[in-house]
Amino acid sequence: MRIVNLIRTKVSSYIPLIKSMQTSLLLSTGLAGYMSAHTHLELNMLFGLVGSLFLAISGSTILNMWYDCDIDTVMNRTHNRPLAMGTVTKQEALWLGVILSLAGVGWALVINRLYCLVVFAGLFFDVIVYTIWLKRRTSWSIVWGGISGGMPILAGRVLAIGQIDLVGLLLMMAVLFWIPTHILTFNMRYFSDYLTARVPTFPSVYGFEATRAIIALSAILAAASIGVAGVMIGVQAGVLRLMAVLSSGLLLLSFATVFRPSEQVNFSLFKYASIYMLASMILLSL
Amino acid sequence: MITCLLAAYQVAVGINGLENVPTIAYTIAFGVLLVAGLLIIILGIEVLNSRIVVMVSSIIPLSLSLGLIWEHFAFLRLPYLIFAIVAYLTIIITRSITIPVKVSTIILAIVHGVAGLVVFLLPSIFSAQGKANPGFALVGLGGALIGLGGLLLYFLRTGRPIVSSETIMRILPALLLLMTIAFVAGFTLA
Repeated sequence: MRIVNLIRTKVSSYIPLIKSMQTSLLLSTGLAGYMSAHTHLELNMLFGLVGSLFLAISGSTILNMWYDCDIDTVMNRTHNRPLAMGTVTKQEALWLGVILSLAGVGWALVINRLYCLVVFAGLFFDVIVYTIWLKRRTSWSIVWGGISGGMPILAGRVLAIGQIDLVGLLLMMAVLFWIPTHILTFNMRYFSDYLTARVPTFPSVYGFEATRAIIALSAILAAASIGVAGVMIGVQAGVLRLMAVLSSGLLLLSFATVFRPSEQVNFSLFKYASIYMLASMILLSL
Repeated sequence: MITCLLAAYQVAVGINGLENVPTIAYTIAFGVLLVAGLLIIILGIEVLNSRIVVMVSSIIPLSLSLGLIWEHFAFLRLPYLIFAIVAYLTIIITRSITIPVKVSTIILAIVHGVAGLVVFLLPSIFSAQGKANPGFALVGLGGALIGLGGLLLYFLRTGRPIVSSETIMRILPALLLLMTIAFVAGFTLA
């Protein structure tokens, strides 16, 4: 009984390490990438995709948290995370991150080699290039974070069609360009937090005005990439109309951050961008 | 959330097979409903207090009425299209520059009055005369509800509510939902 309780306590303390919302969103992009091919649905393949991606994404997220523990400790927004609070030790997190990552990549390898390569690339760009190498050095690290964020959708597409095609790359670009609308609004919202933690962000390096312009530009590119990908996939006219409506909302909010900046608009864009991405992924899968 | 899903359904499925202009007009109308619904979910119903709401909410009756006129009165297509564009631009201009409140209110009342009457009367009369399925009258009911919502919003903005602002804030989401249900059901049954 004591062992069961211990395991239960441990597992519940590990769950916040995987940032369930973020992991779910990335997982949904992977599923959308797979479903976008509209091939015959193979349940075992789908199960493999979800399982391996979930493990790899969770593993890389935990490794991020492990490496950024010192940053989380000094930031108001993140100081109550399990590692920053000390409810999970750094060593535990490192082991858990490594095991989940290896399990995810290993499972991917069993399924398909090219798929595995894309999953591994996502993990490598996220943990090594973005988190360990660039995050504390340059605000441009977000580009690499974006590329790694685009890997699940590309991986899903690769698993479905067995190769990297233009649609897959467009879908990846859509996620890459969507990420600034999400992360940069976040950077502005928690500006002082990032400043305290000495993490270079676009608002701290280039100012709020330039950051807002970049958000608007990236929103246009994200909407365009998703739209073109949708046309190339051959989604129905009605679905395209709905995507256009949702993209218009994203563009309007992005322009509002440039021309009528306020905390409320910033927050709306941050939230709307997540809903937009999730909705787009569902629509591309239809 | 249900309002958003219904509006999304109408954009994606409910207006298939129409000509270009009504398709665009209905897409804009239900698209505005969808995005507005999402913003209400994100920011709360208080967002309806915003200055921009008057401009955005005018799009819905104008686009709906344009779509209806285009579908059912071929001879009025061009005049009404011009009316809709000019009316909307006028609302934007009068809400963006400093002019007497009376003038901007009269313009808003005329535009909403004309568009609202089209959305309310056209489906109701067509249904009553048997020119359309009786269910089409629900679009007219939606038009009446949107008119009621517009009035409540107007009173809220001008600070002269006939009922308390708290009551208006409580009523509006339900009204928005009923209106969307009426529109979607009406167009489906038409």
